[in-house]
Amino acid sequence: MSKPSTDMNQIEINQPEMKSVVNAPQPTIPLPRGPVPQAPTRESRSIEIKIDGHSVSVPEGSTILDAGRQLGIETPTLCFLESLTPVNVCRVCVVELEGSRTLVPACSRKVEANMSIKTDSERVRLSRKLVLEFLASSVDLSTAPKMQEYMERYGAQPDRFGETRATVAQPVKVDNDLYVRDYSKCVLCYKCVEACGVDAQNTFAIAVAGRGFSAHIATEFDVPLPDSACVYCGNCIGVCPTGALMFKSEFDMRQAGTWDESKQMQTDTICPYCGVGCDLTVHAQDGKIVRVTSPLDHSVTHGNLCIKGRFGWQFVQIQPAENGK
Amino acid sequence: MDLHLTNAQATAEERAAVDSLLGAPDSSWHGAQRLGADTRSASNGHAGSQRHRLLPVLHALHNRIGWISPGAINYASLRLDIAPAEVHGVASFYGMFSLTERPAVVAHVCDDIACLTRGADKLCADLEKKLGAAGSPCAGGRATWQRSQCLGLCERAPAALVSAAGVKHQERVLAPASADSVASLINEAVAGRMPAAPDELSIQLSVPQAEKQNGSALRLLQRIGHGDAASLADYQRLGGYEGLRKAIALGAEGTLRELSASKLLGRGGAAFPTAKKWEALFLQRNLLQEDFRRAHYVICNADESEPGTFKDRILMEGDPFAVLEGMTIAGFVTGATKGFIYLRGEYPLAAERVQHAIDIANNNNFLGKNLLSKSFDFNIEIRRGAGAYICGEETALFNSIEGYRGEPRNKPPFPTQAGLFRQPTAVNNVETLVNVPGIIREGGAAYAKLGTENSAGTRLFCLCGHIARPGVYEIAMGSTLRQLIELAGGVAGSGKLQAVLLGGAAGAFMAPKELDTPLTFEGTRSIGATLGSGVVMLFDDSVDLRRILLRIASFFRNETCGQCVPCRVGVTRQEEALQRLIAAKPLGSAAQELNLIREMAQAMRDASICGLGQTAASALESALQRWSLFA
Amino acid sequence: MIDPRRTSSAQWANLWLGLDVGSDISLANAMGREIIAAGLANEKFIRHATSNFETYKAHVEKYTLERAERETGVPAEAIRRTAHAFARAPRAQLCWTLGITEHHNAVDNVVALINLSILTGHVGRYGSGVNPLRGQNNVQGGGDMGAIPDRLPGFQHVENDELRAKFEKAYGTKIHPERGWHLSGMFDAMERGDLKTLYVLGENPADSEADRHRALKLLRSLDFLLVQDIFYTKTAELADVVLPAAAGAFESEGTVTSSERRVQRVRRTVPPPAGVRDDLDVIFELARRLGHDWGTPNPEALWDELRPLSPMHGGMSYRRLEEMGGIQWPCYDESHPGEMFLHGRFWAEPLIGPRAPFMIVEFEPPVDKLDSDFPIRLTTGRRLDDYNTGVQTGKYASPLRLREALGLSPEDGRQYNLAEGEKVRVTSRRGTLVAPVHFDSALRPGLAFLSVHDHEQIATNDLTIDAVDPKSGTSEFKATAIRIEKVRIETVSR
Repeated sequence: MSKPSTDMNQIEINQPEMKSVVNAPQPTIPLPRGPVPQAPTRESRSIEIKIDGHSVSVPEGSTILDAGRQLGIETPTLCFLESLTPVNVCRVCVVELEGSRTLVPACSRKVEANMSIKTDSERVRLSRKLVLEFLASSVDLSTAPKMQEYMERYGAQPDRFGETRATVAQPVKVDNDLYVRDYSKCVLCYKCVEACGVDAQNTFAIAVAGRGFSAHIATEFDVPLPDSACVYCGNCIGVCPTGALMFKSEFDMRQAGTWDESKQMQTDTICPYCGVGCDLTVHAQDGKIVRVTSPLDHSVTHGNLCIKGRFGWQFVQIQPAENGK
Repeated sequence: MDLHLTNAQATAEERAAVDSLLGAPDSSWHGAQRLGADTRSASNGHAGSQRHRLLPVLHALHNRIGWISPGAINYASLRLDIAPAEVHGVASFYGMFSLTERPAVVAHVCDDIACLTRGADKLCADLEKKLGAAGSPCAGGRATWQRSQCLGLCERAPAALVSAAGVKHQERVLAPASADSVASLINEAVAGRMPAAPDELSIQLSVPQAEKQNGSALRLLQRIGHGDAASLADYQRLGGYEGLRKAIALGAEGTLRELSASKLLGRGGAAFPTAKKWEALFLQRNLLQEDFRRAHYVICNADESEPGTFKDRILMEGDPFAVLEGMTIAGFVTGATKGFIYLRGEYPLAAERVQHAIDIANNNNFLGKNLLSKSFDFNIEIRRGAGAYICGEETALFNSIEGYRGEPRNKPPFPTQAGLFRQPTAVNNVETLVNVPGIIREGGAAYAKLGTENSAGTRLFCLCGHIARPGVYEIAMGSTLRQLIELAGGVAGSGKLQAVLLGGAAGAFMAPKELDTPLTFEGTRSIGATLGSGVVMLFDDSVDLRRILLRIASFFRNETCGQCVPCRVGVTRQEEALQRLIAAKPLGSAAQELNLIREMAQAMRDASICGLGQTAASALESALQRWSLFA
Repeated sequence: MIDPRRTSSAQWANLWLGLDVGSDISLANAMGREIIAAGLANEKFIRHATSNFETYKAHVEKYTLERAERETGVPAEAIRRTAHAFARAPRAQLCWTLGITEHHNAVDNVVALINLSILTGHVGRYGSGVNPLRGQNNVQGGGDMGAIPDRLPGFQHVENDELRAKFEKAYGTKIHPERGWHLSGMFDAMERGDLKTLYVLGENPADSEADRHRALKLLRSLDFLLVQDIFYTKTAELADVVLPAAAGAFESEGTVTSSERRVQRVRRTVPPPAGVRDDLDVIFELARRLGHDWGTPNPEALWDELRPLSPMHGGMSYRRLEEMGGIQWPCYDESHPGEMFLHGRFWAEPLIGPRAPFMIVEFEPPVDKLDSDFPIRLTTGRRLDDYNTGVQTGKYASPLRLREALGLSPEDGRQYNLAEGEKVRVTSRRGTLVAPVHFDSALRPGLAFLSVHDHEQIATNDLTIDAVDPKSGTSEFKATAIRIEKVRIETVSR
């Protein structure tokens, strides 16, 4: 690895004793050990609710989804992600709440004392089926395996809307060497917009534009990414549930028919660049890196990376012969 | 924030349009020439964003230029510290804004359901012959015309609205309109000779009751036609501001008691007790003192966009001070010092009259600091909508005012807890607010005696379609639909009634045999209908109801915000299914299609985020229950 | 945000101060004076946990806001606001990068900031403290492992006999009892002829050293240069022997330590290219050839050898590192969760350990003075998508990457009658190069910027000065005096 001294941040403030930086008296090692410093924590009380007849107690502020998970109930989700603010737009997670006129989204509805909830009633199943049919009839879900599972579970038949139905089919956008955008596969879950915006990157290169069925994700006036504010962190790819946003490396291999996840190994390591210490999950196929992701539950980065971490691994693939000696 | 702008530059005129609203930029980081001091320190950064001024800025650009260019978006971004992708996302949300170059003069011609019963088809066909296809340039390329959703001029259908962008932006309503009148107004606009006033409120055409009854039995319409709507003196002569004075004398709690005794329910459609809503804010007033960042807001929802509805427009045009007085009482009770009127973009005369009334009220201490020499402050600002039906939904309205796309939020939290700018907010419809001064003046108990046990007071109805004397009518709740139709002169057209649409596109159809239904919240609920926004639209037996249903379906397809799946795709699939049925090309059998429509309707009702999706199938379902239209 | 340039981050700041390059001490001392004068110093903390306050107070008395405005260029009012905001904040951190440390008085700059943190008590508590943001994934770990001249692993002083004895016993060998040279010291030693053989692992000093002409000359003068790297770098070109190495983060097992002192596991994700060995393999093989057979390299066994020797790593077994997603040192034993922040002892009652002393530092401008021959201040740095000398990042196709250019303010562009992209000759007291110009409103008149990423195209370090901070050994990369001249007279239409 190359670590030029240009960036040797050689002043060691992160030393057990700050003042030794300068006058370096005879240090006593190790430091006297005080109490372990901790971040302040907040108290929370627990709330009991009923789901499908079973009582469950969860901390205040939990959602119905959290409570269901505690009971082992698998609620389908699409626009939900632990690391993003719930937007509850896909409505595939709706459940029946006693006393509510309409169904409510499990992913964002906070528990309240004495709620009684049904997660598998006929109303719930019908709405979930229709939502899945609506999506599958307008969007290409071929790279969203989870959606195929849900469709089977709810008996969705998207073909019952006929051949002349409106869809979001459109050409793939390939305007840079790092990732492609295939909005034929976009379910408009808003995740990429959230990741580009306040939930992670604060770049705001993309937003939802237009309205209704024509609403879509776009840069201003749909300019190509290199003309936009995009900084290629790829955090949008990391949260995209349908493969609408895809590494160029993966896209090319899929085009060539060589993409094979069954042959891929995933190994976690730490990014070789700056000092943040981001966790990289390296996906390798036949000893070659094919893409890099980051685990959502890692406390350093919560799935987010920058351009270097997500895309700057090509140097690993270069054989010595390609570079001088 | 760190803006990344494309190379598109704003023209001097575009800059002037924005600067006329915002003033000159404060530093080079917001678009001014760079001075030395700018390179040595800067403050605010992301905290300096003025996002809530985005919609007014877009209006200023559109009014001046006639469309919003990439350069204009860049300048708006720079001035307000909002990323250009987001500015574009917001601008492209609103139907009124064009993001492609367009002539400065545009005629919007309504082809919605009320106008369809009054010759909109012929009007559009004539215009095609005279001016060319909709959207094509006319008047030497300096104008164009286009079809439009309901313009809220249904009592004078068919309707058109001509707008002319420029330094002096002008608008003019034509209703009833003909191809000749539209064409000649276009020519006047192109020549810069448009009439100064956007419209005139005609008592005869719009408020027939006022003409006849001398106002005696009317409460909400009592002043309309009996004084100069622009005159504060006339307003006070006719009892205006007595309610506010009495409210101040009673104190906030006393005022709430009267309001509660009146049993007033909100007139916007949801029929929520107004006193309860205000009380929720009143109870949080002590927190205002504890935290200076907290604020309460009062919002007058004047985004009347339900097809067939025009009552709020007539109240604002005919009695604007009453709207302000109702809001000011709301401010007094709730502890809000700021009120917004979110006023439909297509209502130029209402906007002009309400703004005029605000200016006069400000000059006479009926608004501003230390109101009526008491220690309470209240200001009102108008925010214009820009062609989005969804912004009538209260949480979408908040997003719109805040400068975001007008997409509804999930509830809870409810507006009284976290509304505009995430602060406690009371949103009331125009008609609700106009009720308030009278209730306080005369006492809540007196009001509760009007109407029925569960539906107190009087109510405005918008009669349109095949009715002899269209217009807004005020009746005590509890009268029957038949009585109301008789009051308006009976069925017009062929004289044979086929159907009544009650409550607008989000409402329900009723058959002639249901005319004795009492017009109360509970009465309409018992037959699966709703009073909604007070639309009573009549269709004679010559009308092809299937065509009306398709127009309603296409209205929802145009107006869904697109945020949640059941609504975005549901209204699209619903229109497609209806098209197949009308073309007699069902997938499988008609019965199969009707079953599909019913399933979709239930999913939309159950799973959509907001009322738009939840009611987008109700008119269709009500018609399918009553008639075999696709046998 | 305090930065001569109004960077992207600065554009987010509530307050940005665009100070003159290298005037940090004047600013910090003036802030200290203002905090004391406004009664915002944390007197309780000062009494409890610090020493030498009265001397500090007397010393900063002369750093008035007006003087700081003269020396930094930042309006006095903005400095006052910054001082008050910092002192009043319930929690505040001072974070910095190389703008503080790549100066001839780097340590003094840091000391000036430490003074501010103990003056306000913003240290030793959650959300507070002083925090150098590390530019590299393991610069912290390198230091922790003793890759600094005077320390053994775990920051244990090499000149402390007792500590050294512990290591000697464990390693079974004598350890030289005196501190060594840091990087700049090594180049000085080459110049004196005291250093004739150099083993370079994963470093590219031929491009990255300040005053590159001198660095190249000295590297060429060595008797023997051994370079171990993943690519054939500029430095490798000068080497007598080049050993190809595996890419650490992707092809090796081990640990790295991040900016927040978090030790984390790196793993082999793909095999290295044929014929290429892991760094450990290479070192073990070298040892064997030199007569010491250390056996088969095993990263975990090496780590476990370290843990009893370095108390702050004691509790970090590989198993715990995996389970906990990394651990922040100190972690003394396997029941210790690691610590989110340091110096909590300053708040203990009674105080644990020695007091934190206020230290006296004076403002001294950068060594490379501006004058009429060299009127423009050049500062250097990185761009988002590239890294150091571009050895790794140069291999992927970043859409953000523009041709390297000399950043200039639009005002200077007009002043010198230049067009965007036009080539200029850039000259410092040490070297000269030709570069296209790019107008950047993040820069003010008189301030220019170059990155260090592409020395093939633009050898930025031909211009920089090797004025070195004697305490840290860092060169003053951040402050070079230059002049620019048009390469040829062009009439610019438009």
